[in-house]
Amino acid sequence: MFPTVPGDFADANGKTRMTTTDSILPPPVGPAPKMRRRRSLAHTKWPVVILFMPPALLIFTVLVILPMGEAAWYSFFHWNGYGEPSKWVDFRNYKLIFKNSAFTKALINNGLIIITSILIQLPLALWLATMVTRKIKGALFFRLIFFLPYVLADVAAGMIWRFVYDGDFGLVAGIFHFFGAQPPFLLANADTAMPAILAVIVWKYFGFHMMLFIAGLQAIDKSILEAADIDGATGWQKFRLVTLPMLGSTVRLSVFFAVIGSLQLFDMIMPLTGGGPANSTQTMVTFLYNFGVTRMQVGFGSAVGVILFIICVTLAFSYKRIFMKND
Amino acid sequence: MTEISESAPIDAAQSGGEGRKLNVSTQTYLYVSLLIVAGIVIVPLLTTALGGFKTLPDLRGSPFGLPEHWQWSNYTDILMSKRYWLQMGNSLLIAVFTVFLTIVFSACAAFCFAHIRFFGSEYLLNYFLIGLMFPAATAILPLYIRIRDLGLLDTYWGVILPQVAFGLGMSILLFRNYFRNLPQELFDAAFVDGCGYIGFFWHVTMPLSRPIIATVGIIAFVQSWNSYIIPLIMLNSENRYPWPLGIMVYKGEFATEWQLVLAFITLTILPTIIAFFVAQKHIIAGLTAGAVKS
Repeated sequence: MFPTVPGDFADANGKTRMTTTDSILPPPVGPAPKMRRRRSLAHTKWPVVILFMPPALLIFTVLVILPMGEAAWYSFFHWNGYGEPSKWVDFRNYKLIFKNSAFTKALINNGLIIITSILIQLPLALWLATMVTRKIKGALFFRLIFFLPYVLADVAAGMIWRFVYDGDFGLVAGIFHFFGAQPPFLLANADTAMPAILAVIVWKYFGFHMMLFIAGLQAIDKSILEAADIDGATGWQKFRLVTLPMLGSTVRLSVFFAVIGSLQLFDMIMPLTGGGPANSTQTMVTFLYNFGVTRMQVGFGSAVGVILFIICVTLAFSYKRIFMKND
Repeated sequence: MTEISESAPIDAAQSGGEGRKLNVSTQTYLYVSLLIVAGIVIVPLLTTALGGFKTLPDLRGSPFGLPEHWQWSNYTDILMSKRYWLQMGNSLLIAVFTVFLTIVFSACAAFCFAHIRFFGSEYLLNYFLIGLMFPAATAILPLYIRIRDLGLLDTYWGVILPQVAFGLGMSILLFRNYFRNLPQELFDAAFVDGCGYIGFFWHVTMPLSRPIIATVGIIAFVQSWNSYIIPLIMLNSENRYPWPLGIMVYKGEFATEWQLVLAFITLTILPTIIAFFVAQKHIIAGLTAGAVKS
């Protein structure tokens, strides 16, 4: 699934105002056309808005905004989804969630995913980006190969890696057999399942981050690097002192997507482990699905949704405010 | 971050390079590193495809090697089966409608945001952008109840409409940025010629917007084609399942017969892989556009 971007939610205001004004002001021509323009605009403005806006507005309100509001309302009820919600339980759903050890595990796992993305995936993506932007034969081929896992569906990637990790038929088993050792069942063991999933996440998403870094690298002015060359800088010095500081905005963007992506991770976990064994691989969304949706606990599940919503919005806003204000 | 003019689309074919010839040791280092990583990417995919040609004991004995006897029947049986084509058809149908409605709805709304100043337009744009802030999963239960109350449960529309709704924020943003960057002179000239907003939209904006339509279309298509959680919750009948749900059912049925599961996975991801290599330039630019252009 493609990560959603809280984009320019904060700064849309100023820019909209500026440009919509621009487009409505008549061009600097004689007074006669000016009058005509203004009148014709006034006549045609509202019909267009009334014709063009409602489809998007309606479907968005009914299927995105209202459900989010309803989630907040339902989260105070004990409700199985049939009839009207009537059993008001105050904050009991929230208390139950925070007492649930599987939820704590899900929070930790989401944190682990973010840490892995920053400490392993990001350097890997940057390292590969620096290699495939050099003048070598086959650079394009390597870029395509590295991006390929990102295009595949999470479900398919999860299923492929379920085979890789399979203790009877999988590739990992094959490697262990080759060395004459007893193959492990990585996904069936609560200690190894999460690291195994983290590896799949890196495999699946590093190509996307690599593309971001390729764009970042290509935006760097070549003359700066040439100047460093003339000053006798070594390759590593050039990278550390010139390239890396200039990639700041790309690094911040990459981390941002890692954070957002981690909070939505669901599709890939389901074929791999479904959140098991013993809830060791739950994420926020698999927790919502396993404890809210499959048991039709609408109140409980909605409360998980509300918590997820608050975490998403808080992280996105504060991250934008703190780290990306200049980008 | 709102301006698209500042950032060109990411183009995989664009060559970089620092100009100097690389010496042999650097080249060796580069190729060895790249080949190792490429191997890690490719081997799981390749062994999946090869595994589909094996018998189960063969798979157990040598998961990496070539098949002892090529079991074409694993693949042909699936290709002959109704379920494979049904699932592909379902996925295609849902994706095509999702793409079409996303483009129409968001292009129309974005046109208003880009060219018309009307009361509350800024608030309305920010309202749509709220949709970018949280994943569909957060409101999935109330969404399920809403779709149920609308009588759309277990229908294609019950999947298409929520997918369109959650794609609107990003699509409107991409369209609006593109529309605003079209030359202002076009707009002025059209109005002097007595062209109204709708005429301008249809005769000027749309024909000039092919690149952004392609971008939004690719994003919506790939998302819909790969989508799992919304169909999982909205659909009950197996004959309406798109392929990601179909894989899960298939795996459930043939739990330990990995060779069949592998053949099935290979056939379901084959269209994606072919499309990727045929249109890689557009797909990479499209899928990274949301990141760099918003």
